[in-house]
Amino acid sequence: MQQYFLILFASILTSNIALTYFLGMCPFITISRNIGVAAGMGIAVTCVMTLTATANWLINEYLLIPMGLHFLQFLVFIVMIATIVQVLELVMDRYTPGLHHAFGIFLPLITVNCAILGVSLLMVLRSFSFGQTVAYSFGSGMGWMLAIITMGALRKRLIFAQPLRNFGAAGITAILAGLMALAFIGFSGMASL
Amino acid sequence: MLNALLFMNGFALAIGLLIIFMDRVISNYGVCRITINGDKEFETKGGQSLLRSLLENKYFIPSACGGKGTCGYCKVKVLDGGGPPLATEALILTGPEQTQGFRLSCQLKVKNDLHIEIPPEYLEIQEYRGEISMSELMTSDIRRIRIKLVEPNELPYKPGQYVQIRIDHDGETDFRAYSMASHPDDQSEIELNVKKIPDGLGSGFLHSLAVGDPLDLSGPYGDFYLHTDSNDRIICVAGGVGLAPLKSIVMYWQDHQTHRHIELYYGARSVEDLYDHDIFTALAAEHENFHYYPALSDPNDGWTGDTGFIHTVMETHLEPGEAGEAYLCGPPIMIESVTEVLQSKGIASERIWYDKF
Repeated sequence: MQQYFLILFASILTSNIALTYFLGMCPFITISRNIGVAAGMGIAVTCVMTLTATANWLINEYLLIPMGLHFLQFLVFIVMIATIVQVLELVMDRYTPGLHHAFGIFLPLITVNCAILGVSLLMVLRSFSFGQTVAYSFGSGMGWMLAIITMGALRKRLIFAQPLRNFGAAGITAILAGLMALAFIGFSGMASL
Repeated sequence: MLNALLFMNGFALAIGLLIIFMDRVISNYGVCRITINGDKEFETKGGQSLLRSLLENKYFIPSACGGKGTCGYCKVKVLDGGGPPLATEALILTGPEQTQGFRLSCQLKVKNDLHIEIPPEYLEIQEYRGEISMSELMTSDIRRIRIKLVEPNELPYKPGQYVQIRIDHDGETDFRAYSMASHPDDQSEIELNVKKIPDGLGSGFLHSLAVGDPLDLSGPYGDFYLHTDSNDRIICVAGGVGLAPLKSIVMYWQDHQTHRHIELYYGARSVEDLYDHDIFTALAAEHENFHYYPALSDPNDGWTGDTGFIHTVMETHLEPGEAGEAYLCGPPIMIESVTEVLQSKGIASERIWYDKF
């Protein structure tokens, strides 16, 4: 039990997918403009990340490895992610239109979010068990959400700051992300993956 | 290797089947009933857009962008059953429109019974079958296409309005909007001026038609038309092929409104891109109330008229004064800069009508 909590904790804080691996930077920079929207994107990423990594673990373990086809991981994982997002959209549109409406365009956008694919590939690299994969993918999603919400909050305060004009909106955000990554290093002694 | 091929094919097949199955089972909303203005109703298959359902049942709603959610013409008031507007609609609909219940019918998916309200003039829009009676190139890329109406054989419209051409391609049906450039008194034949756009669906289709070819269209659409209840001056501004609806306005003026002062500003790139230039030059010589100002942004040698963008030409020629109404047709950037000039000259913004494309 303890190892799952350790993985969960590490993936949220010390091995944060956004701030340690700098994955999923595109939405991280564009969508963090507004904190409410950032939270929406964070929730969507967490759901999809957990679902896809779990499904990919099952496919990898029970189909690809026994058939000796682990070199197809990349392709199969990408197709699985696209499928899961598509199916999720159909189901939500039918049964929870309110939730579907709240997610809006974020769900289809997630298909091409590299953090999602990254988590699926990393769980293979680290040879996680099923339980560990669930903990890791859920934690990574939460970590990404924590990072983007924090960034949203910081950017809100940028209104009062006057950064160099040449930095632009994306430039100063990248610098902020670097500073946040430095701060997150402070957690690194506590747990690691 | 064979193993991998078989696996990938099987995998893709399984995923494809899964998606088709989900689409059939989960996205099956059954038959929905749509009630229009409280008195007309029809049944339609759920799951498709409201715009498509309405078109299938011969309710013609204007749509210039072909259901992409960018033009905003297809908005209808949904009284019941629509739910909140989508993120894609919030970009187009204004706040007050959203609170009144307006929705873009191309974005709204029919999932249950709906009560909607559409303007009564939409109900007068009809479907027509026509035949190409003339097709000629006027400039290197603009074609004059005349369509003889076959069934019904008369299309009543106001000068400035547009029609939608039906295009069947690859098993799908699309509609594209074109302004009528003909005299509204002749209801049996209409003229379109079509500029060829590389890979454009509508212009490619229309440019490919020969004399005698049949085509389907519907109309008339649009609230861009000449307001005939005033005696104030008329200011027409056209950019390129945007001349089409203004030509119709000028023709109508010539037969019914010659007591009004009218100015036509027409911007094009070079002499080769000007069309019907002779008609307007002759008209200006004949009528003292008609003033014609063509301007070229990229003038040829020997051009003695105005040069530069059309809004700078208006700065010099347009007399300031409050009385007047303006009709603009051209690209968005032209509409914006011309509107600024018009306002600075005293024209009230509610008397500026435009058609952006």
